[in-house]
Amino acid sequence: MGCPVAGTGEKRMSEGQSGAEQRLVTPGMVIGPSTGKHAGSGAIAQNEEFIATRLGWLNEQNDVVSVRPINSAYMPRSGDLIVGVVAEVRNNLWFFDVNGPFQALLPMSLAPWKVEFGSTRQHLGIGDAALARVQEVDEAHNMVLTMKGIGLRRLNEGCVVSIPVNLIDTLRGDNNSMVSRIRDLTDCRIIVADNGRVWVHGDADNMFTARELIQKLADEGHMNNFEDAVHALEQQRGEN
Amino acid sequence: MGGYGDVKLLRDDGKRLDGRTVDEMRPVSIEAGVLPAADGSAMVTHGLNVAVAAVYGPMEAHPRKIQRQDRAVIDVRYNMAPFSTGDRIRPGFNRRSREISKVTAEALESVVLVERYPRSKIRVEIEILAAEAGTRCVGITAAAVALADAGIPMRDMIVGVASGKIEDTVVLDLDKAEDNYGQADLPVGILPNTGEIAFLQMDGDLSIEEFNLAMEYNFKAASEIHELMVDALKRRYERGDN
Repeated sequence: MGCPVAGTGEKRMSEGQSGAEQRLVTPGMVIGPSTGKHAGSGAIAQNEEFIATRLGWLNEQNDVVSVRPINSAYMPRSGDLIVGVVAEVRNNLWFFDVNGPFQALLPMSLAPWKVEFGSTRQHLGIGDAALARVQEVDEAHNMVLTMKGIGLRRLNEGCVVSIPVNLIDTLRGDNNSMVSRIRDLTDCRIIVADNGRVWVHGDADNMFTARELIQKLADEGHMNNFEDAVHALEQQRGEN
Repeated sequence: MGGYGDVKLLRDDGKRLDGRTVDEMRPVSIEAGVLPAADGSAMVTHGLNVAVAAVYGPMEAHPRKIQRQDRAVIDVRYNMAPFSTGDRIRPGFNRRSREISKVTAEALESVVLVERYPRSKIRVEIEILAAEAGTRCVGITAAAVALADAGIPMRDMIVGVASGKIEDTVVLDLDKAEDNYGQADLPVGILPNTGEIAFLQMDGDLSIEEFNLAMEYNFKAASEIHELMVDALKRRYERGDN
């Protein structure tokens, strides 16, 4: 009974393989034979074929077939640098919203200050943003943060812009080249956190320009035109 | 659904009252990403049915008693807008919407890789803006596109289709009159890639031969709708020229 539909999948398999250009795949789409290759993120092996499990761009590197998703939720990993916003304060710990499915916990022992029991609110209140690192994540998504480390601090100034998690690499560029260009261009301090939040600090006009540029990436990231936008701004600034 | 002998649903030329052949579907159009606030969304127009689905999450499951330690729960809310039919529908949950929410959630759970998100919840809201028979199938199709749009990992995109029986003839995709005065209705959720069935309900009686024919129609329709679903997602995200 399923024959006509399976035939459609076979047709798409050839589409998924042809040409060097990356192809958009949708969940359930057959993306090629699995022999001699490994399934990366966004792909599963089923009946000697790879099936895409996410909407995204097909990617094949070093015999690993994966799908670079267009949209994805932030899934924390140990060591991630994150910009968190305090969601809840207890006497001995803070709960942070980290742009993921679960809140993260910062115990007072891992705060950069000497905090006494009951005085947590003096250091960070609800709505405050902070730069922190993920200390530990378990399989049930319990997540502990630390603010002990170089550069980890409460963010008292500047602004935070959110971008989709899958566009972080685009914003950073190879070896942070893209974010360095934006820093030079706008004369702003910019920190791109792993949870899709970007901290920007500079004078008001420059901050506005940087925010606009990053927002353009967030809105039109799938169009692959971010480098052109940065280049256009470079030329505009060069002319002025 | 017992059938009304005096209602004529097939014309003398063998076509249906709206001019369709027995294996012809109502026109379908699908658009992805219609709601900016949602993580993923889709609008499906199927004949005179209009369904909008929005997906939020994965997020922390609340209340905590609904959390599952090893997987995510899918929380579906199917609702028909009060203005979706000629007779005003009383707003809020009712027996029918609870049932459809439940079967839709179970159908979606079989395709979404729920084990990737333990203790979390994926919220799916399906709102029927206009109804003309077959809204649960349209809702499922819209939810599948919205889930894909939200980047939720799935084994396949489930397609909702229905066939039925009128005047002892098996037909694809019942419209309102056929649904009300026909003899049977067979809504099915199909995984187009593998040909698996994620949900199946049957209202009325069908012989084995009629059932097989109805399923054949359903698979054919699922294939066509699946192509439209893929096309809708591609239209939303295909790269620009630059």
